[in-house]
Amino acid sequence: MLKLLLARFQQGHRTAQYPEMPPTLPDRWRGGPSIDRGKCPVGCFECGDTCPTDALRIQSGHLGLDMGRCLFCTECMQSCPHGAITFTQEYRLAARKREALVVEGKVEPREKLLDEKLRRLFGRSLKLRQVSAGGCNGCESDVNVLGTIVFDLGRFGIQMVASPRHADGLLITGPVTENMKLALKKTYDAVPEPKIVIAVGACAISGGPYIDHPEVHNGADSVVPVDLYVPGCPPHPFTILDGLLGMLGRLESEPAWMARFRETGERIAAENLEAMKTWDLPRAEEAVKYLGADLRHAPPAPKDPLPVEKPRS
Amino acid sequence: MTALLSVRSGKAVERDAIPRLEFEDFRRAIVEAPSRRERVAALFGTPLQAREEGVELVVVLAFDEEGLIKVGSTVLSGDAFPSMTAECPQVHLFEREIAEQWGVVPEGHPWLKPVRFVRSQRPGHDAWNRPESEAPVVGVMPFYRVEGEEVHEVAVGPVHAGVIEPGHFRFQCHGEHVFHLEISLGYQHRGVERALVGGPTKRTIPYMETLSGDTTVGHMTAYCQVLEALSGCRVPVRAHALRGIALELERLANHTGDLGALANDVGFLPTASYCGRLRGDFLNLTAMICGSRFGRSLVRPGGVGFDVDADRCRLMLERLQTALRDTKSAVELLLESASVGARFEGTGVVSQEVAQALGLVGVAARACGLERDVRHDHPSGVFRLAHIPISVWHTGDVFARAYIRWLEIERSCAFIGEQLRALPTGKTRVPCESKTLASNRLCVSLVEGWRGEICHVALTDDEGKFSTYKVIDPSFHNWFGLSMALRDGQISDFPLCNKSFNLSYCGHDL
Repeated sequence: MLKLLLARFQQGHRTAQYPEMPPTLPDRWRGGPSIDRGKCPVGCFECGDTCPTDALRIQSGHLGLDMGRCLFCTECMQSCPHGAITFTQEYRLAARKREALVVEGKVEPREKLLDEKLRRLFGRSLKLRQVSAGGCNGCESDVNVLGTIVFDLGRFGIQMVASPRHADGLLITGPVTENMKLALKKTYDAVPEPKIVIAVGACAISGGPYIDHPEVHNGADSVVPVDLYVPGCPPHPFTILDGLLGMLGRLESEPAWMARFRETGERIAAENLEAMKTWDLPRAEEAVKYLGADLRHAPPAPKDPLPVEKPRS
Repeated sequence: MTALLSVRSGKAVERDAIPRLEFEDFRRAIVEAPSRRERVAALFGTPLQAREEGVELVVVLAFDEEGLIKVGSTVLSGDAFPSMTAECPQVHLFEREIAEQWGVVPEGHPWLKPVRFVRSQRPGHDAWNRPESEAPVVGVMPFYRVEGEEVHEVAVGPVHAGVIEPGHFRFQCHGEHVFHLEISLGYQHRGVERALVGGPTKRTIPYMETLSGDTTVGHMTAYCQVLEALSGCRVPVRAHALRGIALELERLANHTGDLGALANDVGFLPTASYCGRLRGDFLNLTAMICGSRFGRSLVRPGGVGFDVDADRCRLMLERLQTALRDTKSAVELLLESASVGARFEGTGVVSQEVAQALGLVGVAARACGLERDVRHDHPSGVFRLAHIPISVWHTGDVFARAYIRWLEIERSCAFIGEQLRALPTGKTRVPCESKTLASNRLCVSLVEGWRGEICHVALTDDEGKFSTYKVIDPSFHNWFGLSMALRDGQISDFPLCNKSFNLSYCGHDL
């Protein structure tokens, strides 16, 4: 008993203070993509051939990146001769509409996530049934993590339940394999109305790396209607959490810490730039743009080594 | 009898050098493998060259004591061959897979059922003579049944109660007592192996990274070893060290998560919640290297995609030590608690004989007292320079599988600490052109992923493209071990046993 108490004391309080405080993200994390139109000449599409999932396309003369297909692998960034594509620390990537996942400039964190009807129905209590339909266990793992004490999904009134009969909706991962199609449909049918569907990860949105395989159905919305898309491969748990909370009206549209959060992101980018210049990589210069910050305005780096993942208040 | 060709993991050989045996010799080489202390790492079919009719079978045997891999092949002319399963149970699932993929019948197979419920790759040839107009339906097959008074059947899945991948489990029970558990998978089948043929393409790396998403580093390392062998690329030693660190971090995260989940399944909540959090701390250490918690974009052909400087190493070391200290306190609570011991010990026992006969690998094998670890037996990369002791326990129960995980956590932490304190200097990546692979070669690549042995076998064609790319996730060897663990157990122990194996569904279904 004494040992139990001692261990409890040692382990401490670990729940992230999100959304009161900013999320802690790894400094090299690749979040929302950003396309600098000024640097992206008309007629150039060198990035397009390197994308494993063909997430890039030219729409009405502009380069667009479909986050629903994007694996955040940065192949496009590395192949762009003009340095026009970068990946930022933006974690607020979820969208209500499939089209809204296409980025033509910077990711616009979606204020439109909120659905008044859903807020009224599920704002205080949302029970979800998770279905993996060909997922690789990446998305499943980072959905599972929301249940740990760090994220503690339960404090927002959201819970993963064991039966579709107890659920208000489905959280689907995976490209929907032919062999899971029927099971997914039956699980959906078993959820009582009104119900919602959340597609998590590139596979569940578009098929991800498995797009157009005859063995898969290119994502959840080929079988059931989807209400929320959470892009990523896999999405960071904070991206999933942000999507859920945003949809239910549990987030301020622009919390007070957001400006400071962005500023710190830019500073980390500057530090990474210096560090990565010393790497002997074929495209180190391009590779440093992971954070996509505008380095001309980056504040000078502080003395303490790599102050990352600390609360950035 | 012509001898099999001896090769090493991560070395390419010419296809012409692989002895093509008469079937009888091929068969003897396999069924007598266990008596020579060899085991079947892979057995698969591959299409014959143009104009030839039939299927070529390739076998890959691992001779762990010598660190050797033995390869041989044979050609099946007809649509059937005598099954080897009864004499060498290690091949039971391989033969089922061959039957399903190539429409050849292993005659006398005691358990001939579909594996992934897909059509044969040779139109007009089907092992079950199913009409071509009808697509196979997943889960529809003759299940093993026990009949008798008060015997009942429990069917679970594919959709389970937790956030977990889909699979179908069918128990033959008498009350709580389980006579037999049959596991039928295939729900996660995404057609990866089929899509890898003709590669490498721009999608090959994403396929490898998502073969089993929790083993991204393990599968990517196996793939890169293949690519580097086929393109004659020499990876810098610093990159090897970083790959080794990433592989062990993957092990740490998953083992810690599993210990937490085991604690949860016996209702021991302190360790369950501490380990849930600590798993994330280890994942975040991987993210410190490459930005992704699962090691995406980290391992790349020719080296690694990221470097770490001295400050980052120091910070990683600090965090590693803190995480290990907290994990130690959490796991000691678990393993020293009498109520946990009562649930773990003697539950889900797999005997050493069964483990040997089935050819189990990884944690499941080491928990049965089998000294089997690719890092030790077939070392590649950094493991040639730095050795991690094999963690073995002999009881074969849930406790053993938990205890092996804890031993490995300690040893992996020590290894990572060692590496971070003295990272070799030099480059982290050299160019590795995937467009100019050697033609007509075979390469076997073994890596000890956190679940166990990952085996990739690549065959290239005249143009240096993959004509066959075979992936054997450790789960492929181990699923039947779970069935055996449940035999004569209690059905209520299933979640605990399942978690103690924690096998991959998508790694099996591919």
